[in-house]
Amino acid sequence: MAMDAGEIERLIRDGIPDAVVRIDDLRGDGDHYAAYVESPAFAGKTRVQQHQMVYAALRGQMGNELHALALTTVVPKA
Amino acid sequence: MDQTVHERIRRDITDNDVVLYMKGTPVFPQCGFSAAVVQVLSHIGVKFKGIDVLVDPALRQGIKEFTNWPTIPQLYVKGEFVGGCDIVRDMFESGELVPFFKEKGVEVPENV
Repeated sequence: MAMDAGEIERLIRDGIPDAVVRIDDLRGDGDHYAAYVESPAFAGKTRVQQHQMVYAALRGQMGNELHALALTTVVPKA
Repeated sequence: MDQTVHERIRRDITDNDVVLYMKGTPVFPQCGFSAAVVQVLSHIGVKFKGIDVLVDPALRQGIKEFTNWPTIPQLYVKGEFVGGCDIVRDMFESGELVPFFKEKGVEVPENV
């Protein structure tokens, strides 16, 4: 089961409303993506916590429908 | 969660300084993400115990619940969850990984 890039982006934006989100389809197969997520909500959080926030926004799809998502989380520079 | 699996994980991450839950073995990783973490750990020369989740479906599910993390690989250092492939790679590329191991009291060869 593959997910569409727009759907991934929508879920992340819904979960983290102020996020800048960019999704790249790494292999063009709708199954391997890279996501760049930048949000002030990540400030003061560990990398693990930042990634968990994104996974939470994806509502359990990560590791299921969404097989492979290379994730980069960034706190915007002030 | 299955208590036996839970206890097994707790024991593994307590008894071993560096544990990598992965798909396949360090010699034959069965997934690119697991292979990437093995490559980083081997490159910096840190000793680790690789645990293949593919041979045990209960462990494969159990580790995701134990860590509250949806994917494998998962790296544990001194009983603490460090992250998956992206985080390990980020820490390596930014030069944080070796100091992190040293800070945790894990032996890292000096010539790296």
